[in-house]
Amino acid sequence: MHFTKVMNGQKTEVHLCDSCAQDKGEAFMSDDSAFSFNNLLAGLLNVSPVMQPSQPQKPEREPVKCSHCQMTFQQFLKIGKFGCPSCYESFRDELPPILKRLHSGNTTHQGKLPERQGGTIHLKRKVTELRAELKSLIEEEEFERAATVRDQIRVMEKEIRGEGGSQS
Amino acid sequence: MSLEKFLNQAVSSWMNEEGPSSEIVLSTRIRLARNHRKYAFPTVFTKEEARAVAEEVSAAVHKADERLEVLKMEELQGLEKRVLVEKHLISPNLAEDSGASAVWLSDDEEISIMVNEEDHLRIQCLFPGLQLKEALNKALQLDDAIEQHCDYAFDEQLGYLTTCPTNVGTGLRASVMMHLPGLMMTHQMNRIIPAIGQFGLVARGIYGEGSEALGNIFQISNQTTLGKSEEDIVEDLQRVVDQIIAQEKSAREALVKASGIQLEDRVFRSYGTLRYSRVLESKEAAKCLSDVRLGIDLGFIENVSRSILNELMILTQPGFLQQYAGGFLRPVERDMRRASLIRERLEMEEKKDKGGSEI
Repeated sequence: MHFTKVMNGQKTEVHLCDSCAQDKGEAFMSDDSAFSFNNLLAGLLNVSPVMQPSQPQKPEREPVKCSHCQMTFQQFLKIGKFGCPSCYESFRDELPPILKRLHSGNTTHQGKLPERQGGTIHLKRKVTELRAELKSLIEEEEFERAATVRDQIRVMEKEIRGEGGSQS
Repeated sequence: MSLEKFLNQAVSSWMNEEGPSSEIVLSTRIRLARNHRKYAFPTVFTKEEARAVAEEVSAAVHKADERLEVLKMEELQGLEKRVLVEKHLISPNLAEDSGASAVWLSDDEEISIMVNEEDHLRIQCLFPGLQLKEALNKALQLDDAIEQHCDYAFDEQLGYLTTCPTNVGTGLRASVMMHLPGLMMTHQMNRIIPAIGQFGLVARGIYGEGSEALGNIFQISNQTTLGKSEEDIVEDLQRVVDQIIAQEKSAREALVKASGIQLEDRVFRSYGTLRYSRVLESKEAAKCLSDVRLGIDLGFIENVSRSILNELMILTQPGFLQQYAGGFLRPVERDMRRASLIRERLEMEEKKDKGGSEI
């Protein structure tokens, strides 16, 4: 197996037998490997068709930069790590292709919420669940139970609006 | 220091206790990555910020569980840090950085919480045997308790925000350490490793370089952290691990059936090597320990504890050998020390077996 990696104009040629290639493939996720995740991320994304043809009319656009820690998107690609929590917000438009690649196509968190800080997010999730329940109840013509669920949703939505206002 | 005393101090409960499925699964680890929303990540934070993070985060950890004790990296000797790395209580990364980083440990060393590693907080639970749900629950419980006193970096859509995009979402890495000599001897790992990749999981050797897998010990863990709940991630891993256990068992049965005497011979040759060698390299030690452990599992060897593989794989690492010796050792001296430590350890087992009636 042979491949050529071009990073920042530097060309590296790699020749591996099949089993070594497999080994390296597994090893690149560990931090101390020469095939570090960072190299891979930068390597993949610099030649990625997702990144390049998307802005053909503006070849020299302003570099995207984190408003808080000043890390640029290019720097992030190079080291494979963010500078601060705000980077996620600053690079939000650029992230989906990266996250999809890393997390089998997923871009939305489905796991736990912080118990204390979760605040209205808990309620919003519950409302989404109840809406699905409401829909299936209506389909089953269970109108009485549907009405109860609908009222529950209304109460929660009020709560979400109320809390959202006082918090920010 | 006597070996017994050294062992008492060195061996954590997850290393020598038996958990569920412990004939194949050595240990289970759950890790959660968390960050404080107010501070820059360790990638770019200043020394002052690092101190502030350490102070604030450590205070939260202490309030969450007052029984945990802290070890500050800047106050530890190189060798002490190395021993913690070999016990999987801290990462090599944390050991290298002696800035404002620290680890909080429980008495039995089942909990270890790293401060200012790649993320501000890395909550780790290590359990013996296969106990994914138990370890996850413990970690989530600690996480909730810490969150009561610490504002986490969290995004409604992306979940817990981490330094590296590979951890974002749940910040969860669940891993299971497995002893798979049957699958190695029947050359099946080459088939299994790519197959489990399709489930968003990865298998790698944890001892030795690359995927060499010294001692036939593999770590199976989840790769993706975003888009699935913690429970689903752990269940998917559990399902794959259950299958690997079943395949390892049938590989062992097939080996016993097809070449029982050769297998028995291999086990006892390895036992002989461990019992009588004077110079033992880590590679050979790992191979022999794996054989002997298989021999115990298959009933060829009686009266030697199963935990010997897990325990001695860790205790014969360079850091531990030097701690036991009480100072720096050259590589050849390490190989001698390794041989004598293993000899003594097996002697202890024999004495224990004779019930102390003989000297």
